[in-house]
Formats: sequence, C-alpha cells, structure tokens
Amino acid sequence: MLVLLVCVPFAGALLVSCMASRLRLQPAWLAGLTVVLGLSLLLTQGLAVYNGELLIERREWIAAIGLSLAFRLDGLGLLFAQLILGIGLLVVIYARYYLSAAEGGPRFYAYLLLFMGAMLGLVLSENLLQMLLFWELTSLTSFLLIGFRQRDAAARQGARLALAVTGAGGFALLAAVILMGQVVGSYELSVVLESGQTIENHRLYPVILVLFLLGVATKSAQFPFHFWLPHAMAAPTPVSAYLHSATMVKAGIFLLGRFFPVLAGTELWFYSVSGMGLATLLLGAYFALFQHDIKGLLAYSTISHLGLITLLFGLGTPLGEIAAIFHILNHAVFKASLFMAAGIIDHETGSRDMRRINGLFKYMPYTALLAMVAAAAMAGVPLLNGFLSKEMFFSETLGLRWLSEAEWHWLFPWAATLAGVFAVAYSLRFIHDVFFNGEPRDLPRTPHEPPRWMKVPVEVLVVLCVAVGTLPDITVRPLLEVAAAAVLQQPLPDFSLSIWHGFTTPFIMSLVALGGGAALYAGRQWVFAAHDRVPLSLSGKVLAERLIALLFELGRRLDAALDNRSLRRYSFALVVSALAVGVVGLWGQPLAGSAAPAPPGPGALIGGLLLGAGALATALMHRNRLVAVLMLGLVGLMTSLLFARFSAPDLALTQLLVEIATVILILLAMYFLPQVRPAESSLALRSRDAALGVLAGSGVAALCYAMLTRPADSISSFYLAESKPAGGGTNVVNVILVDFRGLDTLGEISVLAIAAIGILAMITGLVLRGPRRDWLGRPWASDRHPLILVTVSKLLLPIALLVSAFLFLRGHNEPGGGFIAGLVTGVALILQYIAEGSRVTRTRLPWDHLGLIGAGVLIALLTGLGSWLFGYPFLTSTYSYVSLPVIGEFELASAMLFDLGVYLAVVGTVLLILAGIGRLSLQEDAA
Amino acid sequence: MEALLSVLIGVMTASAVYLLLRARIFPVLLGLSLLGYAVNIFLFASGRLQLASAPLVEHGLAQLPDPLPQALVLTAIVIGFAMTAFLVVLALRALHELGDDQLDGGDKP
Repeated sequence: MLVLLVCVPFAGALLVSCMASRLRLQPAWLAGLTVVLGLSLLLTQGLAVYNGELLIERREWIAAIGLSLAFRLDGLGLLFAQLILGIGLLVVIYARYYLSAAEGGPRFYAYLLLFMGAMLGLVLSENLLQMLLFWELTSLTSFLLIGFRQRDAAARQGARLALAVTGAGGFALLAAVILMGQVVGSYELSVVLESGQTIENHRLYPVILVLFLLGVATKSAQFPFHFWLPHAMAAPTPVSAYLHSATMVKAGIFLLGRFFPVLAGTELWFYSVSGMGLATLLLGAYFALFQHDIKGLLAYSTISHLGLITLLFGLGTPLGEIAAIFHILNHAVFKASLFMAAGIIDHETGSRDMRRINGLFKYMPYTALLAMVAAAAMAGVPLLNGFLSKEMFFSETLGLRWLSEAEWHWLFPWAATLAGVFAVAYSLRFIHDVFFNGEPRDLPRTPHEPPRWMKVPVEVLVVLCVAVGTLPDITVRPLLEVAAAAVLQQPLPDFSLSIWHGFTTPFIMSLVALGGGAALYAGRQWVFAAHDRVPLSLSGKVLAERLIALLFELGRRLDAALDNRSLRRYSFALVVSALAVGVVGLWGQPLAGSAAPAPPGPGALIGGLLLGAGALATALMHRNRLVAVLMLGLVGLMTSLLFARFSAPDLALTQLLVEIATVILILLAMYFLPQVRPAESSLALRSRDAALGVLAGSGVAALCYAMLTRPADSISSFYLAESKPAGGGTNVVNVILVDFRGLDTLGEISVLAIAAIGILAMITGLVLRGPRRDWLGRPWASDRHPLILVTVSKLLLPIALLVSAFLFLRGHNEPGGGFIAGLVTGVALILQYIAEGSRVTRTRLPWDHLGLIGAGVLIALLTGLGSWLFGYPFLTSTYSYVSLPVIGEFELASAMLFDLGVYLAVVGTVLLILAGIGRLSLQEDAA
Repeated sequence: MEALLSVLIGVMTASAVYLLLRARIFPVLLGLSLLGYAVNIFLFASGRLQLASAPLVEHGLAQLPDPLPQALVLTAIVIGFAMTAFLVVLALRALHELGDDQLDGGDKP
C-alpha cells in the first residue's frame, strides 16, 4: 500500500501531462484529486502509526548491491508526508488562481506532482539507496519547477544554481550513504538505525558526517551554501510556497532527523551541526531585514528558520530534537501562508517591492489580516504556533551539555535572542511596509482583494497557526509525539506544550526579542544606513558562477591542449598506452609455458608465408590502392584457410563470405575517395610509425605465444556435453549461438541493425562526386552492365539461394546456420546489384532492406519471448523430431526460428550497406 | 606451429598499426580491417590449435576443438564487417562535409 501511495503522484503526473496543453481548469482538478487520493491513502495507513506501529514494505530489487524496493511509514515519515500532501493540496488550489492563463497548463501541475512523488518517496524510503534516488529526483524536479518560466533569464539562472548546488550536495550524500552502508553492512534503514554505536566508533565517522552534512547543508540552504535559495525565488510563487517553505528545503532537515540516532550525540556532531545552524540563523535573520523584495525577505527568513532547526538538531538533546520537529511543522505552516500572501500581493499589485507597495490594508483588509497573523507567528508572538517552538528553542539553548564547562556558554542564548530580535524586526517590516506606511507608489495595478478561493489556502494555514498556538495539546501533540519518537528511537522525555510557563528565562528572552525587534524597526533609518556602509561584495552566487566559469575555462584549455583534430595523434597515443599497459603488466613473466609447441608442417609454412607477406604488402603498398585491396583480400582468404585448417569450418565459411563483402565495400569506397596520391609523410614519421608497429606486433606475438604454450582451461566441456541433449543439435558452435548464448546473439544482430540504421542515416542526402576518368585518363566504365556478368549472375542466383537454404537448414547439426546462410544470400544478391544495376534489382526485390533487418530482429526477439508463454525463461529453446516422406526424419527446433531472425538481419544488413553505398553513384548521375 | 601463428599475428598487428597511423582515410580503413583479422585469429587461438577436426558432436571425431571461441569469433567477423562499413560511410560523409579525406588535424572546424 505504501508503494501505491508513492506511485499515486507519479501516475497523476503522467495523466496530467497527457492532457491538452490549452486546458486550464481540468489539469488543476486532476492534480487536486490526485493529491486528495494520496492524502486519504496516507491517513488511513497513518492510523496504525498513531497506535505505535511501524509499517515496512520490502520487495527484492537488486540484492547484489543491497538495493531493495522498500518503504517505511513511521512518525517522522508520517509528519513529512502529511506536510507534503496537505500543503501540496493547498498549493494546487492556490496555483489554479495564481497562475496566468498562459502559464496554468498541465505542464505546471505535472511538474508539481512529479516533485510531490519524489518527496514522498524520499520521506517514506526504507532502503537508503532508493532514498538517494528520490533525493536526486527532488533536485531534478525542483530544477524544472524553479525554471518553470523558461523565457525568464533569472528563472533559468536560479534553477541552474539550485541544481548545481544541491546536485553537488547529493553527490556528497551518496558517498556518505555508501560509506554508512559499508560500515553497517546493510542499506536498510531499520538496520542502520540500530547501528549508531558501530558508526560513531568507526574511524570513518568524521568522513561520513562531513559528507552527510554537505548533502544536508546544500539542500536545506545552510551557511555557506544558502545562497541558492534567494535566487530560486524566481520560481512562480506557488512553487516557492511549496518547495521553499514546506518541503524541499526541509529535506536536508529531514535527514538530520532520520539519522539522528545514528550520527548525533558526539562532540563533532554538536560543533559542526549547531555551529552551522547558528551561523545560518543569524545570517539569514540579518539579511532578511534588508531585503526590499517581499519574497527575498521571506527567503532569507526561511534560511534563518532552517538554521534554527539545524541548531536544535545539533544540540543533540531529546528536548531539542522535539523542538526541532515542532518548529519544522510550525515554520511550514506559517511560511507557506506568508508566501501565498506575498503571491496574492504580487498578483494584485504587480509588484513585490516593499518600497512601492505600501498601505495595502485599505485595499485588501482581509488578506492583510491573514498575512499579519502569519507574520506574527513568524516573529514568535504568544498565542501563535511560532511562539511555542521558539520558546522551546530559547529554553534549549540555556542548558547545553557540551558547553557547561566552556567560558562562552553564554553565546548560544545571546545569539538566539539576537536572532529573535531580527526576526521580530523583519516581521514588523513585512507588516508595516506592506500594509501601512502611507500610500502605494506608482503600482502597475490598483490593488483589491483576490478571488475568494485564492484566499482559502491561506485561511486554512492561518487557522492552523492559531489552533496550534492556542490548543497545542489537542491539535499537534499526538503527531509530534509519534514523529519525535521515530526520530529518537527511544522513549520520549516528558515535555510540556503549554502556553504559559511563568516568568522563566525563555519567556524573558521572548520579551527581549519582541521589544528589541520593535526598537530595531523603529530605528530602521539608522540601521539601513549602517548596513549600506558595510561593503558586502562577496556573494555566494557570484562565487559559484565564477567557479563554474573557471571550470569551463579549464575544460576548454584541456580540450585545446589534447584535441588537435588529428586522428593520427589519438591513434598513436592509444597504441602507445596499450603497449605500455601490456608491458608494465606482463613484464618479467616467462615467455614460454609448460605445453610443448608442435612443429609446423610444410603446408602451414607456405600458408603462413602467404598470410604474412599479404599483411606486409598491404602496409607497404597502401598508396597503390588496388594492389593494397587485393593484398588485404589475400590476407582474408588465408585467414579463412587458417580457420579451416584448425578445425573451424563455420568460421572458415563466414570469413570467406565476409571477405568478399569487405572487398566489394572497400572498392566501392575507393571509387569516391580522392584518387590523388597522398602527400608523403616524412621519413622520420614513417620510421617512427613503423617502429611502433613493430613494437606492438612483437608484443602481441609474445602475448599470443605465451598464451598458446600454457595449458587451456576451458568451460567448453559443458557445451560439448550438453549440445545434443539440451540444445538438440550436433554443431556445437551453432547451438551456442542460437541456444546457449542466444541472448548474446540477439544483442549482436541488434548491433548489426544499429550499424545499418546509422549507415542509412549517413548516406541519406549524401552526394559525392566520383571520378569521370580513371588514372590513365580513360572514361570510367563504358559498359555499365557487361553481358557476360549479367548472364552468369542470373545463372548463379538460384544456385546460390539453394546453397544458402541448404546451409541454413543443416546449420544446427553441420557447419552452416543463419549467419553463414545470410551472408551467402546477401553476397548473391549483391552480385545482382553489380551486374544489373541498382534500379533494376531494386524493383525485383519486393522488400525494403531496413524492413528486412527489423523483421529479423523482431523474429529473434519474439522467439525468445515465446518461451515465456510456456513458462520458461527468456530464449529457452525447445525441439522435436518431425518425420516427412521423402526427406525423412528431421529436427524442428524453436532455435531454428531464432536462426531465421539472424538470417534475415544479416541479409538485410549486407544489402543495405553495399547497395546503399553503391547507389551513391546513381545520385550523382541524376544530379 | 604455435610460434608460427604468433609471429603471423604479430606481423599482421604491426602492419595494421602502421596503416592506422597514416594520414588518409583509405590506409586507415585497411589497417582497421587487418587489425580485425589479427584480433579474430588471436581470440580463436585462445581455444588452442586443433588440427583436422570440427566442433561437431556425434560425428565420430576423436578430439573436438573448443567451440566457444569459435562462436565468439563468428559473430565478431560479421560485426567487424558492419563496423568497417560504418567507418567507410562515416569517412564518405566526412569527405562530403569537409571536402577532404585527411586525418592529420588542420584548422578546419
């Protein structure tokens, strides 16, 4: 059922993306219904969690690397899933009214649902590798959402920046998780959660923690990686409300909670996490005050609140952790409503600049009231939810176990109060600048209240702020308890959520923050002036962009240094490296092994002489092209004889036929390639290449000799023994090809097909100019279709086809088979092309070459799939013996059908290649 | 016999490497084909040399050769042809686009 829950948003995204792009209302409805479905699934299963159960669903996936498809629903997951789906629903409703007619199509909702699915998968993952998968998916989908306004340069930059920063962090997190998995020996969260001691005592613990925190800090915009978040505000406001208040930026925080039992509780954890949180808290609060853009203010405020939560987790105390979780919830609620309010203001006034939008209370009193309540919650005003968690935060900073000895234990409470002062000041600024402070200044539109339903999501969230703030024990305690218990993995300490604790130090800190904040805002003229005098030219965005530019520059220089567009140089480097690897790896091994070499007979000597001479002649006479091709043909023929001599009849046949095809191919190519004799390389260069050739040749020869004189240890006895009983054929090579290793063969004919398609793509539209005259000045080919050749080829064709059929049919038991028969047919048909010309032959062949290849691959594939119908694994072959009159008993194997596929693919490939290149000269005639 | 075969493979490789390092398409094509033969024979030889037999069971043959390298090399020969053809067409296309068949760098983009 949990799998289903995670799949619902993805399925919804798929459905929505199939809708016509002009639709507006329907995609929103479908998205909304999807979220409602998800929410109801979650709530029905969530009941069990409230009863203290832990739901885990696991399916095997890739067991070898510890990856399973596993989901868990515990308190923490439930809390986050409720946030994701609950606020997700409100955001969908809100977006329906916020987005303009041009933007509000299915694309937006599809992205939003994709992101929702990724987040759900992340918070509900039991397997850590699977969790990483969803983690990356949140980065990718948020990239799509931030960059939703593709024509807006700022949106594209913001999206890129966010992706670069969070993507880099994801990489670090991957390393951390893999290390954790290696230390623990499992990637299942349940196991890892119980191995806190093992990990904390391991020597790699500091490495794991630092990598882990890199992932957390980049995602949750912690100092010094906070800079991407303000730039991500280029996203449409519903996206900011969803991703940048409630969900994605909380993903890092979520991990802090998830791995709290595993990583927390050490001094290193305390200093790094709380230090990072403290810096982020102060920095965010400070900069929030000086933003003029409403969303900018909210973005820095979000950074600050994320820092607060991180700081609480960093303290490592159970109560601090409870406060952290409480604040996650509270911040999501009030910040999402504030973003939505900001969106309403933007939507109704056409501006987000707080220096221009003033006095909006007169124009939209109701929205103003909602926004003011939410802002008060952000400031930590009593009777609102923000107050409760903030007071818990203040009280936690007071009694720190790590710092009780240190002289600077006063730092945390003072810093917390200072951040509180700034939070009050920027909240006041938000309220006062936007809704009061005179009249609006030259706004594009006259502001008024937004449509009714646009306010509903804000109302819901604001009501939640008040409800949690006044009746915390009823509204939020149960959820908080299960979530906190899931994080701690042990019984919860007693904690109180009451509104009034008496005149305690935390309450006094709250009062100081409220008073100080008001005073700070009152004296804002001096504060702003002072801020302007501080030269703050160092911006994270600029640094990141410079870094990226530097990387590009380095890459460009490296490329320029390596790539001089000379294939020669690359080949040289390749051969030298191969040689070096071989020499280094094998140096010092004895050349000859234990097996005694046999002396060559006279036949072998003659054959060897021809083969070697052919190879040398090809190299030496390569400028005399025709001779070189003939010499290459000689090498091919001798190779074929060599196969025949050493007990490989199938190979000999294949080699012979391929040799014919290759020679035709090279001759065809030769026709188009420039006839001029190439400029000579210098003698030094040729000597260098020859020397390298000799070295490479000697290396290969030594390697070969060393191999041949060592005893062979082959797995082939299995194939020899099983060929007849299991494969039903006596030609073991063919049985291996079509049966034992049928999957490989399927891959190989697919490669043929791919090569053929590539060739077809390249020769389409290719016009080449062949020479009109040969090198002696005679006109080229006066008689295009010599009579003798036409006549002989006509006679030959049926015989060749008969031979081909014969080779095909007997292939399972005697030398032959699909490859060889295909080559015979292909070469025979090519002869027709040569003799009669392309046009005539093509009209006689009813099929298309590419179609032939496709049919071949498809037949082979379907034969393989066919075995599934009978409940066998892919490509299991079967056979039986059929008795026909006259012919006698013969065997019919499903493997033969597979071989037919091979045959067709080979015929098609040979024809497509040779006829295709041959036809190039026709186009020239036509041109 | 083993020594002779090793030397032959060495000669073929040496010639192939020399051709690969030429500056024009045509010799490089020859070199690649030649290298293909050498590699195929090398792979084939990894099943060791067996005279006057065939990988056929129930044919009354006493000593059977190793069929596995044969099966591998058989498909390698056919795919080698397709790859050579691919390179030929690539070279022709390059000739069409660049008007030149030389491979030794230069200032054309």
